[in-house]
Amino acid sequence: MRYLPLTPDDRAEMLGVIGSATVDDLFQDVPAAARAKDLFDLPLHAGELEVERELSALANRNRAAGAGPFFCGAGAYRHHVPATVDHIIQRSEFLTSYTPYQPEIAQGTLQVLFEFQTQVAALTGLEVANASMYDGSTACAEAVMMSQRVTRREKAILSGGLHPHYAATTQTIAHAEGMQIVRQAAAVDAEAAVIAAIDAETACVVVQTPNVFGVVTDVTKIAEAAHAAGALLIVVTTEAVAYGLLKSPGEMGADIAVAEGQSIGNALNYGGPYVGLFACREKLVRQMPGRLCGETVDAEGRRGYVLTLSTREQHIRREKATSNICTNSGLCALAFTIHLSLLGEVGLRQLAALNHSRARELRTALAAVPGVEILTPRFFNELAVRVPGDAAALVEAVLADGVVAGVPYSRLDPHAGLDDVLLLAATETTTSDDIAALAAALARKIAPQGNAQ
Amino acid sequence: MSIVNVGRPTRPDSVLAESHASLTGGRGLLQDEPLLFELGGWDKTGVDLDAPAEDAADLGDLVRAGPIGLAGLSEPEAVRHYVRLSQKNHAIDLALYPLGSCTMKHNPRLNEKLARLAGFADLHPLQPQSTTQGALELMDRLAHWLKTLTGMPAVALSPKAGAHGELCGLLAIKAAHEAAGHGARRRVLVPTSAHGTNPATAAFVGYSVTEIAQTPDGRVDIADLAAKLAPDVAAIMVTNPNTCGLFERDIIEIARLTHEAGAYFYCDGANFNAIVGRVRPGDLGVDAMHINLHKTFSTPHGGGGPGAGPVVLSAALAPFAPAPWVVHGEAGLHLVEEAIEEAGQAFGRMCAFHGQMGMFVRAYAYMRSHGADGLRQVAEDAVLNANYIKARLSDVMSPAFPDGPCMHEALFDDTWLEGTGVTTLDFAKAMIDEGFHPMTMYFPLVVHGAMLIEPTETESKRELDRFCEALRALAAAAKAGDAERFKGAPYLAPMRRLDETLAARKPKLTWRPEPDAPSAAA
Repeated sequence: MRYLPLTPDDRAEMLGVIGSATVDDLFQDVPAAARAKDLFDLPLHAGELEVERELSALANRNRAAGAGPFFCGAGAYRHHVPATVDHIIQRSEFLTSYTPYQPEIAQGTLQVLFEFQTQVAALTGLEVANASMYDGSTACAEAVMMSQRVTRREKAILSGGLHPHYAATTQTIAHAEGMQIVRQAAAVDAEAAVIAAIDAETACVVVQTPNVFGVVTDVTKIAEAAHAAGALLIVVTTEAVAYGLLKSPGEMGADIAVAEGQSIGNALNYGGPYVGLFACREKLVRQMPGRLCGETVDAEGRRGYVLTLSTREQHIRREKATSNICTNSGLCALAFTIHLSLLGEVGLRQLAALNHSRARELRTALAAVPGVEILTPRFFNELAVRVPGDAAALVEAVLADGVVAGVPYSRLDPHAGLDDVLLLAATETTTSDDIAALAAALARKIAPQGNAQ
Repeated sequence: MSIVNVGRPTRPDSVLAESHASLTGGRGLLQDEPLLFELGGWDKTGVDLDAPAEDAADLGDLVRAGPIGLAGLSEPEAVRHYVRLSQKNHAIDLALYPLGSCTMKHNPRLNEKLARLAGFADLHPLQPQSTTQGALELMDRLAHWLKTLTGMPAVALSPKAGAHGELCGLLAIKAAHEAAGHGARRRVLVPTSAHGTNPATAAFVGYSVTEIAQTPDGRVDIADLAAKLAPDVAAIMVTNPNTCGLFERDIIEIARLTHEAGAYFYCDGANFNAIVGRVRPGDLGVDAMHINLHKTFSTPHGGGGPGAGPVVLSAALAPFAPAPWVVHGEAGLHLVEEAIEEAGQAFGRMCAFHGQMGMFVRAYAYMRSHGADGLRQVAEDAVLNANYIKARLSDVMSPAFPDGPCMHEALFDDTWLEGTGVTTLDFAKAMIDEGFHPMTMYFPLVVHGAMLIEPTETESKRELDRFCEALRALAAAAKAGDAERFKGAPYLAPMRRLDETLAARKPKLTWRPEPDAPSAAA
């Protein structure tokens, strides 16, 4: 077997050194009743060619996003990633190293994390950022639990514009930890309803901008209301490219900003692995979850980097840790940092402007389709529309023309009563031809009487 | 003598200064590399983008006014920056990486290639399910392999890492107790040797933690366990093989006692690689166990993630599994994404979307490559390699549990360093100068000055011997009084020992411009 270097002679010789007659002797502590004598009922080993054949056949049964006009967003976005990014993250020294517990031989990973933290702090307009989380949704749940540690209050108010998967994840995890989660009703301009719900028991308010319907909101007033009540404002962003154009969460008064960083450097990957961004005000740093990388010096006084403030973490604090998190999303964070280094200030701003421009073109085209109503007043690169009839059925119908028209809101939350709402995103990968094909296909499928066919 | 000996000398002069410093401060190919932000690219970019056709005037004052503060690099500069940084890292591709409990095994490149196929990598989690049947089929096959290898009836694929899997398992247990009206069970029993994530996870879901004592031979003290299995205990969390690298001989009895007390048995599956293909946790009485795909099934650790932590569940816990999961429907495979109606008692959702698909592809490719026969050999070779190291080092170092075989990792304590003035940390740092990553140190906590060595099955006998020779030489140096070699180590790494106290006392977590330096804000 190609991954196993030992030869039969090696094994025999090694057993001799150990002083055991057979390998079975080494498993003597396993209760006899649990020792499998036969192989399990699974196929036997396969060569590289055979495995590649099987998995390629599976891959070929999927319709890749890039295979034609494609408008899905809702928390994951198709962007162009420069070839350099994937080349560097496959270098052995990055791909096959462990968490940088031995800083003397992990400065590559550590310096990248320090650069990552600096980039995330700059994007979010906050002072400190951690070395990444699993993804945006778990970062959101962690932020809510952090607000409990900071305020010693139990109630979290989630805006109806928060991505339903983020809300469900937060509800599952933070509720288990003992918090009271208040989910507001889904609505396009849901942020307007948040302030009225804030009270003296509120630990945090969670708002998303651009929200799940694509609406961009200035949350400054929500921040003021939250702070006046002694609560924290958590601002969620699922499209990190938006930071290149829009006011940052920090500028608008956020105490914690979390985001899905997939858009920068990472492929769609059918939902994972992604990279969660997490930033906060400096005074809150000791309540932060996750790994942190900090600057220090070595024995010769040279600048270097180490994992730090680990007294917050599970391997030191055990049941008193700020989180049970052990892993971050290191390689995805590396991809994020390399892509953002290639973009730079100039490139990110241009990329963001380009995304917005494509979405404006999309909006214009959709507005011209009879029966389609634009719901999102202010957007970055994503918008919600109302279609006649069921949006999911319309998406299936349009698929016959080779167009993936977007995400029906009902896919995210079937109970919201928004079955006629469709979410569409455009990025720099979206062409004018794509938009024209979408508009034509929608116009064909939306019949004059207003039913999707 | 070389046969090509014309013109210039092919052998270096042996004259070398005692301590040779370069004129510019670097060490040959290993150069100090500034931070991205110090390379000066405030107006530079390494991408060529089209100019936007429409402006952002419609957004008014929602647009960011000031600079962001990002630095950019041209493509050649970016490549050089990150390649230089990469060379400061140790990696499993360079040498044995014996971090006990972390399982640093070879990462097959076939897996990387397959995960990058457009049909997997360029697939959106919310595109119509009719267009992702191949992806759902892969998830279904992965689930089948995991269930078969563990002997468990159900698996939740979505947890994103081992600790996230632990959380998933405990949430399923909590939901099961609540459904049965046993919400008063508030305590979780955890052995003193457990991973830190176990008590952290238990506390996370609102349980209090009680420690179970350990026997002198490194196993759960079953009498102590029995005494503590009170009616308020919700679950036990036991790692098996445990963090001392030993199989819990009484595991079936532990499960029986746990179930008799109305509690569930959560098994930390971090060490499943020691028994895969030979022992099914389902046959041991386990109710829930996470599987670190980045340990047992070879997905790369990537300098700290991404991991993947699917959780296998017993029949009692299966109904409470979180969304989503794959079912066979009339129109092919179907992903159940909504926890409320279709899924009955599901406890909720662990994350957005469906889990670490990129890792599923890699892990499945690894399983298919090994097959039922190869996976069994994986466990055997992993255990053989660890016992070989234990046998080769036991006369110079002190094994924590000398009697009987270990499983996939060999645990030593620091008794053998007594009187040398060398600590476990010093010894580990000196290993770096010999070209090896240190073993796991000071864990498990139950063994003084612990050194936990896990070679994995992907090491050749030659590399194991090279490693053992290096450790034997170091051990001899320590005992011969050469403490200086250890106290200052490492000497030959990219950096000397770093001041972690300073880092924690005055945390500097981001780069900030010097007051006078040019920056984006200037």
